[in-house]
Amino acid sequence: MFRWILGGREAQSSVEKSPVLCIGEEQPKNWFTELQVLKGHFDIVRFLVQIDDFRCASAGDDGLILVWNIETGERLQELRGHSQQITAMTTFSCSDGLVSHPSLISASSDRSVSLWDPDTGNRVQTISDLQSSVKCLLVLERLCLWVSGGEELCLWNRDFQLQCQKQSHSDTGITALIELPKNCMAAAMDKEIIAPDSSLTVAELRCLSDHQDQVRALINVSDGLFASGSHAGELILWDAIDWNILAYEHILWEESQSPAQAEIRLGAPKPSEMSIQQLSTNGKLILAAVGSGLYVYSVLTKTVVAYRKVAHDSNVLHTMLLSDSEVMSCSEDGSVRMWEIQDLPLPPVSQDSGPPKKIMDVPNIRTLELTGDLIGHSGAVQMFVSFKENGLVTCSADHLLILWKNGERQSHRRSLALFKKLEENGGL
Amino acid sequence: MIGSPDVVAFTKEDEYSQTNPDAWALPEEFSIPLHPLANTNPWAKTSYAKFTKDFILISEFSEQVGPQPLLTIPDDPKVCGTFDLNYFSLRIMSVDYQASFVGHPPGSGYPRLSFVEDSRVVLGDSKEGAFAYVHHLTLYDLEARGFVRPFCMAYVSADERKIMLQFQELSLRFSQASECLKAGNRRAFAKELQRKLRDLEYTHSVLEREEGLQKEAGPQCMYSPHAVEKANELANVEKSIYEHRDLLRQINSYHCHPRRDPHAVTCQKCMTECLSECEKLLDKYAKLANPFSYTVQMGKVEEQERQINVEGGQEGVEDMEDEGIGRRPSYTPQLIKAKSAKCFDKRLKTLRELCDESFYEATVELLKETERSFRGDLCYLYTRRLDKTLRRRQRVTNFLFEEELGVDDEDEGGILRPFCAVNHAADSYTLLDPPAIVLRPEPLELDSLQPPDPLDPASETSHIQSELEQGHLESSPSDHTLETQESSEETKGSFSSDKSGMGPAEKPQSLASVRPEPPDPDCDLTPDPDHNADLERESSSEETTAGEDEGGDQTPVSLLEVVSELEASRDDDCERISDGVCEMESDLLVPLDTACCMSQEGFLYEVSAPEAGSHPGQPSESLVVNQEPQAFLPLQDDYAVGSPCSESPVAGLELPMGLFGDGVSRTSVEDGSDCTMSASTGSERAASPLGYGGLVTLRHRKKAGQGALRFVRQYPFAIQALWCLLSGRTLVVLGSDEGRVRRLVAALALFVPSPGKCGERVQPWLSCPFTLTDLQRWKLIGLQRVASPVGSSMLYSLSRYSRYISILDADQKTLRCPPYRGKLLANIADHRTYIRRGSTYFLNLQSTLCRLAARAFLFTFTHHLHLPVSSTEGPEVVEGRRRCFLQEQLGLDEEDSQILLYLSQLITQQYLQAATGSSAAAPCFSFTYTTSVLYKI
Repeated sequence: MFRWILGGREAQSSVEKSPVLCIGEEQPKNWFTELQVLKGHFDIVRFLVQIDDFRCASAGDDGLILVWNIETGERLQELRGHSQQITAMTTFSCSDGLVSHPSLISASSDRSVSLWDPDTGNRVQTISDLQSSVKCLLVLERLCLWVSGGEELCLWNRDFQLQCQKQSHSDTGITALIELPKNCMAAAMDKEIIAPDSSLTVAELRCLSDHQDQVRALINVSDGLFASGSHAGELILWDAIDWNILAYEHILWEESQSPAQAEIRLGAPKPSEMSIQQLSTNGKLILAAVGSGLYVYSVLTKTVVAYRKVAHDSNVLHTMLLSDSEVMSCSEDGSVRMWEIQDLPLPPVSQDSGPPKKIMDVPNIRTLELTGDLIGHSGAVQMFVSFKENGLVTCSADHLLILWKNGERQSHRRSLALFKKLEENGGL
Repeated sequence: MIGSPDVVAFTKEDEYSQTNPDAWALPEEFSIPLHPLANTNPWAKTSYAKFTKDFILISEFSEQVGPQPLLTIPDDPKVCGTFDLNYFSLRIMSVDYQASFVGHPPGSGYPRLSFVEDSRVVLGDSKEGAFAYVHHLTLYDLEARGFVRPFCMAYVSADERKIMLQFQELSLRFSQASECLKAGNRRAFAKELQRKLRDLEYTHSVLEREEGLQKEAGPQCMYSPHAVEKANELANVEKSIYEHRDLLRQINSYHCHPRRDPHAVTCQKCMTECLSECEKLLDKYAKLANPFSYTVQMGKVEEQERQINVEGGQEGVEDMEDEGIGRRPSYTPQLIKAKSAKCFDKRLKTLRELCDESFYEATVELLKETERSFRGDLCYLYTRRLDKTLRRRQRVTNFLFEEELGVDDEDEGGILRPFCAVNHAADSYTLLDPPAIVLRPEPLELDSLQPPDPLDPASETSHIQSELEQGHLESSPSDHTLETQESSEETKGSFSSDKSGMGPAEKPQSLASVRPEPPDPDCDLTPDPDHNADLERESSSEETTAGEDEGGDQTPVSLLEVVSELEASRDDDCERISDGVCEMESDLLVPLDTACCMSQEGFLYEVSAPEAGSHPGQPSESLVVNQEPQAFLPLQDDYAVGSPCSESPVAGLELPMGLFGDGVSRTSVEDGSDCTMSASTGSERAASPLGYGGLVTLRHRKKAGQGALRFVRQYPFAIQALWCLLSGRTLVVLGSDEGRVRRLVAALALFVPSPGKCGERVQPWLSCPFTLTDLQRWKLIGLQRVASPVGSSMLYSLSRYSRYISILDADQKTLRCPPYRGKLLANIADHRTYIRRGSTYFLNLQSTLCRLAARAFLFTFTHHLHLPVSSTEGPEVVEGRRRCFLQEQLGLDEEDSQILLYLSQLITQQYLQAATGSSAAAPCFSFTYTTSVLYKI
């Protein structure tokens, strides 16, 4: 009788073979040991928005918006009204006086924008006669205004009255919007970033056209900084006040001077492979999803500190910096991966004398180590929202949402509930 | 020769002789005898009985042939073996202590129905080695002498103690059956009376018309002998009508009669239904009697003709014109001859006819159920009862591994609910194992639908009428007495002529009160087949010719419906259909009757079977090489007490069936083959019924026990597979042969905790790629291996979700799962086990799982293992305490703890869900990240 212990060996060999990391089944740092499958959508789920500590809204191509309780996995509300796919969704909490009541704004391909009350499921406001569909939404909370971006840029007040409108001159329209200090904002429009102020009355728009290719991602880094990423892999760090370029990083994988990453059989990278799909930041680090790879850029040193060229089997769709060292990413390959930014292990000095030289060569380079992956979706994972220790919600092209949780925490919660119930029942 | 029957004195042991001082002492059956006798077989005391296992015998004291067996349950001649049922019927019928008096009490003008309480007797026949609990009951039959037919139901066993100690429960269950029979009988009796009354009134009207014609013809005819005879006849018919009406009233008053019998609880619904029907009938006949009395007074021809129409058409006077157009009544009353008894008494009604069809079926079901529940010897019954009691206390964890407890188990505690074997459509509770009879949905709103009869004047006049009757009838009581006696004499006469002059010359008038004389068993108890056939032919021809007459009688419709049918006008078509139905049914009834009669040749055929056939009866076992020694013990049959009555010759060491084990036979092939430890399980066998949506019964589970044993013995990595299932890791059985995969799944399903009532957590055969949702839903999946694009996508899903599943490859005999090194399951997954029988293994398994469930229960509901005791404690302290409990107190290592944690999680979820009802939230799916290992044979 033979017993082959293949598990470990398989994992090792796959590491050697393919550039894609395969962590195997032993994942001690992965604490997502329980999951709930949330069903309700009929088409690709693309957007997830956190409403408060325990609620989350999901929306997708079926035009449905579902509100979930992530503690129990219950579906709380079903917001119906859009006839076509949802193109953008955001929360809108305008505190007038004491109560801040979170609502949802959603935009759809049916050229309507609606305001929802997630508590009751009512459609509070709706605009349905837009000239074009809205591609992005921005809420200016301080001003109790919101901006919709598409082929035109519109400013609305909280009662859904149009404040002003600006026609864009590009075919693609506005794809991203961020708020900047001094009542300004930045909008990504094809290769340019325009910066109208929030009244939209100023006639001249500052136009920043330093990108070579279409701007894909736009993100606020900190009060005075914002970053943009382009299809050609350019990452530009801007000063938000005087609109200067603070840093310019062109991500080209050839520069990866890594004999350690053994195989570079690929020729010149195709644009899609270096396109910056998404940016996320925690103020100190910027995480760029570049093709199927991940790229961590330090704002302080203005250098790339860690990267993994092939982090997923397919394009990375969404990323998040959970902490200074923890990174999470999801991809078209249907998996969610968790990474840790680790310092390079101190090279064993005894073995060879090479490593010090290498460190000299590549200063500040740290590694992005895979610590765990979540496999459950059978389609591309479009987005995820983390509720910290309460769990993680992922949405996918397979019409499902999956709620990932800490099994031990859940078991503790259940025990609490059990003994509470036991007390109520007065014994068994 | 029968002496006085040795009726066994029924004394409770704790009341009299031996008191049982030590409640904790083992029952005698469990203790080891100090000096083993030469015959060490503990079942030796039953071995000299001529029947192999307990059975229920229904007998009657027929006024034609004396005591005769009617039916045994199970209805299998093998059961009784060479046991002489005829003789035993005689014995049990001779201890009828029902205090019944039927006939004419002095001072009363009418024949009285006596409402007899059942009697219960324990009887022993030491010579035959048979003991019986005997339950006597009396049914009413209009055509029987004194209107009563004595019956008895007996539970026959070779073990006296079994009967004595189970007396209460036996009594309870047989009372239920008896009440059911009697309720049906009352309905049928009322129906019978109704028909008889209609006949009588029709006859009366005809006679009156003749009399009227004679009167018109002139005074010279008035006093002719013919006319006098007619007048007498008329008077007789009138008396008869009063009598029958009175009988109807009596049977109606049955429920007002106080019951002395504590067990005699009738179903309230049945009772009220029956009551209302009877009242309706009473009303009806009071109403019909009005024109009759009217005509008596007036004596007008027109009125008589009207009356004929009323009786014939059931339509009232207004419909007189319609009759010519072809509206025919559903029931044609028959003219009753003065000596009417003759034509009715050719053949006594069978038990089935005596009771309403549905009630009869329900009773038989009930008795079958009783027989099933008393299978096995006393010690088994005790154990099962203990088991049940314990399980009832462990409601929290039962869902894990035990099958559902039935609702009717509650009854065994001795609390008798008003029980009705007949399934009411609108019943609030459902029987788990309901008698397969559903009464046709009864038109409860019938009252409102009924045509508005002129009830009010009718009821008024009926009062007057009844008073008139009273006055009239009390004046001449003796005549009635005479007539009934005469008719009973006629009965006897007609039969004795049939039966070639046998039978007692003079039978006592009341069968119940007087001990019957010993009839000659040769001719009396065993009617020769020819004669039997004659009788059948006769009766069937009678039924077919009188098809119209029988309309609605054979069909199991409630009396209520009959009434409504009669009152409603019907078309010829409908009538023809119903006639066809009843003819068909009467045809069907014939073979059943013969089966009941237990003809002699049936037993002759079986004489040698039990002794000679106990071993050669199992061909498969004789083929088996690897046979354990005890299988050759000659007393195997005695082990098989609990196995279903069955076509299978011998069930071997099968342990008795549970309450839910149905009577479907297990083939002995199954039993035998599990003794072989063959390397290939490839032999085609019927796939288990698992996953077809049916209830997973104990029987299925026991059958699966064999498969599980085979799995354990065949695969050295069985222990890992079992661990996967028990720790909640989904196991995928992959294979290309559907039969093999299904068998494996059926066997492994035993180990799936909380499999669901119908095995919802198990998917026996899946041929498409699965998703995460499927993994969440099913804990055991049989997956088809296909070589096609579908197959590759399936393999993709297998590898993709490999962290959540274990894969058992049935073709290559490999298992890929996390390593397991625990010892907890060594007991049930030892591939060198000495257990050879599936059922033994199943019991071993059950006890292990039960133990696991108990531990999980303890773990789940121990507060300090999950929650901090004080506010200063952190989660690590609790965690440490939990680990300490699992490892040191329960002695479980890491992997074994996972089983317990999983079970505990299931218990928690179940408890919370039961409290909150079904939650809308999706179920949780827990898993761990551990490396898998590939095991090979």
